[in-house]
Amino acid sequence: MADSQVRTQRPLSPHIQIFRPYLTMMMSITHRITGGALYVGTLLLVVWLLAAATGRSGYEHVQWFMGSIIGRLILLGYTWALIHHLIGGVRHLVWDVGLGFGPEARENMARLNIIGSVVLTILIWIVAYAVR
Amino acid sequence: MVQLALPKNSRPVDGKAWPKPAGANRLTEFRIYRYDPDGESNPRIDTYWVDRDDCGPMVLDAILWIKNKVDPTLTFRRSCREGICGSCAMNIDGTNTLACTKATDDIKGVVRIYPLPHMPVVKDLVPDLSGFYAQHASIQPWLQTTSPEPEKEWRQSPDDRHKLDGLYECILCACCSTSCPSYWWNGDRYLGPAALLQAYRWLIDSRDEATGERLDNLEDPFRLYRCHTIMNCAKVCPKGLNPAKAIAEIKKMMVTRQF
Repeated sequence: MADSQVRTQRPLSPHIQIFRPYLTMMMSITHRITGGALYVGTLLLVVWLLAAATGRSGYEHVQWFMGSIIGRLILLGYTWALIHHLIGGVRHLVWDVGLGFGPEARENMARLNIIGSVVLTILIWIVAYAVR
Repeated sequence: MVQLALPKNSRPVDGKAWPKPAGANRLTEFRIYRYDPDGESNPRIDTYWVDRDDCGPMVLDAILWIKNKVDPTLTFRRSCREGICGSCAMNIDGTNTLACTKATDDIKGVVRIYPLPHMPVVKDLVPDLSGFYAQHASIQPWLQTTSPEPEKEWRQSPDDRHKLDGLYECILCACCSTSCPSYWWNGDRYLGPAALLQAYRWLIDSRDEATGERLDNLEDPFRLYRCHTIMNCAKVCPKGLNPAKAIAEIKKMMVTRQF
């Protein structure tokens, strides 16, 4: 093997660019993204509490923004991210006891996660508007 | 580390379009990843047309047809042509599988073939699997005992033997590990589904007496716990095995051994 030295660095074969986006993989990615979004959502909560602590005018400013169309859209997104990540967490708990790995179970759990997150988010907002 | 884009030297460019075979009735287009280690250029995607009436039903038949009749330089591994050796594992139609057990008719439209994902490419569809094999060796895939050797064989009850079903059938084709995003980003430290399925195969073998040491070896934030249950491994396994489940069982053993 006199000529075994690699002259140029070997290329890396394509990966995420060419791989089929399986539902379960997409759900894992979404779980990560929603988890990251929750940091921002928690910051929103901190801003709201801080505003309340600074007094009436600061609080009213924040209330005004949260009540605007953009503010409500952000809160809607935060609600969905929270619920989606929460159900995703339950899915992980099921896996941690060794269940839900079968070919049908894992797909159904992923679908349930999506449907559940949307339905629960809508329900929460209906209740929120009802008790306002 | 997560790096979504390919390094500059790895980005495939448009390659050669090979001529259509004359007088063929049923043609299928194949776009295949090519890399020539003797040149300086990037990998490229070549286009071939296969006369389906002149070739067998599987993707392996088609690429052998190309190699025999169109382009003898096309390079890939193959041996048994019946799904037991694991040599012809590659990425076909966006998913990892064995070319010999994948029917061309099951693919809609153009058949796109790449080497196993996120691996160093030796040539064309041949990835460098030395790291993958080293990881398999690191889990010490052999029977380990401390009690005195029995006069004849180490005995095992049928029930205990059944625990190995779904594990011993692994052919180490590397489809699962190279489908796993965790393995893509941390393949140097995460053992990957194939090696972990093998680890579990020895962990639950009733005859093995090194369970504690085996678990100690896996108790590591990367080696075992980089599995985030993404499930690609179980989706792609051409033998229908479930590495994700095996990994979950190892994680359970880690917890239950503390009590």
